[in-house]
Amino acid sequence: MAKVLMKGNEAIGEAAIRAGCRNFFGYPITPQSEVPEYLSRRFPEVGGTYVQAESEVAAINMLYGGAGVGKRVLTTSSSPGISLMSEGISYIAACELPVVLVNIVRGGPGLGGILPAQSDYHQATRGIGHGDFRLLVLAPASVQEAVNLIYEAFDLADRYRNPVLILGDGMIGQMMEPVEFPPMRPLDSLPEKPWAATGMKDRPQNVINSLYLNEHELNAHNFKLKAKYDQVAREQVRFETWRCDGDLDVLVVAFGTMARIVKTALADFNAAGGRGGVFRPITLWPYPHEQLRETARRAKKVLVIEMNTGQMIDDVRMALGPDREVGFFGRTGGVVPTPDDVLAAIGEVTGKGAAR
Amino acid sequence: MQTEVIMAGFGGQGVITAGYLLAQAALAEEREVTWLPSYGPEMRGGTANCTVVVGDEPIGSPLVSAPKVAVVMNRPSLEKFAPKLKPGGLLVVDSCLIPIRSDRTDIREFRIRADDLAVSAGSRKGANLAMLGALLGILPLVSRETAEKIIGKHFAKKPQFIESNLQAFLLGFEQAKAGKSDE
Repeated sequence: MAKVLMKGNEAIGEAAIRAGCRNFFGYPITPQSEVPEYLSRRFPEVGGTYVQAESEVAAINMLYGGAGVGKRVLTTSSSPGISLMSEGISYIAACELPVVLVNIVRGGPGLGGILPAQSDYHQATRGIGHGDFRLLVLAPASVQEAVNLIYEAFDLADRYRNPVLILGDGMIGQMMEPVEFPPMRPLDSLPEKPWAATGMKDRPQNVINSLYLNEHELNAHNFKLKAKYDQVAREQVRFETWRCDGDLDVLVVAFGTMARIVKTALADFNAAGGRGGVFRPITLWPYPHEQLRETARRAKKVLVIEMNTGQMIDDVRMALGPDREVGFFGRTGGVVPTPDDVLAAIGEVTGKGAAR
Repeated sequence: MQTEVIMAGFGGQGVITAGYLLAQAALAEEREVTWLPSYGPEMRGGTANCTVVVGDEPIGSPLVSAPKVAVVMNRPSLEKFAPKLKPGGLLVVDSCLIPIRSDRTDIREFRIRADDLAVSAGSRKGANLAMLGALLGILPLVSRETAEKIIGKHFAKKPQFIESNLQAFLLGFEQAKAGKSDE
């Protein structure tokens, strides 16, 4: 299939359709409103159900129901909207239901702003809601990668019976890039869901419930979930290394679109005689701790760059241990560091300037 | 090798569309491309801009500190982006609307009466395409033929606008190709 030029938000919607998703429940919020807009237009063409809920709280509970009856379901939102959904996400994780969530992050806290940010890293990677659970968190750096990850996210959600979160930022949502879509999944090829509440007929009853008043049962349920998360951590760690061969003056750790800006800055740094590489986690949970530790061994300096005041740096420190110094540069609230800003930060850490 | 282009003006002048058409043409020629709009809390009558990066290698930052090219259709945009241009860069100015010049001596400033050209082509709304034509007349990021094909496709559902837009594009293109900068 030929490439088409498409906005990230619209491409996310199309990728969900390709993945066999025919149910969207959501509530508009900048900077991701083009996803519901696109799906409200496209779903009637493919026999999908688009529901604009009265609130994010309603939307996430509609997802709960849709997933419970075995459908592929999607919601997309942005930071404050995701916070509103967090209670429902906890219920969904407790009931081991597969859903796909997209957070096109905007500046926070509170109502914040509408411009790109990465300030929901902690929220995304530390469970998002109450209780002992995890989300698989995938962070695309391009429109094409967003499409590929969304397409796969539905399979991951089904395989592990767990919510999968795509963490983008306003830039991914608003940017246009050429993109090639994977083929349309025939709906009859989607995985069987024998656990779904579809009417019991002649099979045993399926119960979808997150209330366990017996403490031993709840304890056992939590350790069952834990075993699943351990399996995910073994099987799903993903990352990219860029210009990381040999010894490095600096290893920059960045995720999502921030990593692209870092690459542009490092291309200049390297052209001026420096040696710099990027380590980009693609799964923010499970985090590639071991792979980062290995890569960082060959780097004189490690610098974390994020569009927040320092959240992923916790994972980097966890990976590298207390003896390793970790530098940080960040901007927040919709201020996106430019390649020049990044180059200056790299110059400060390495003591090697590079003129642009 | 990549070229960064910022297209800027008042909301409604079509700078976002002009950038989009450039990005579509780049894709049609199988180049790498990103298109990033400003999407802040814009207001009616406020300024709008988009950044298009065209290259042969995968594009890193879609956000640009120092563009090679700025195409400006109002005075605030000239004042904002002319100082940011790379040395040796190109500034394309709609001189119908912008009375001032950039004070940069290390860039090329090409001035063109895009609004007038568009009016003579049949519709003042085509000024954005006269500007796109001027850009491509100086810097062939994509071929004239590809751009014309993309413009035709873009207006396929409103065929009454194709002719005037193509004509505005062509007038801008030819004047720039001839190197005739206006005052």
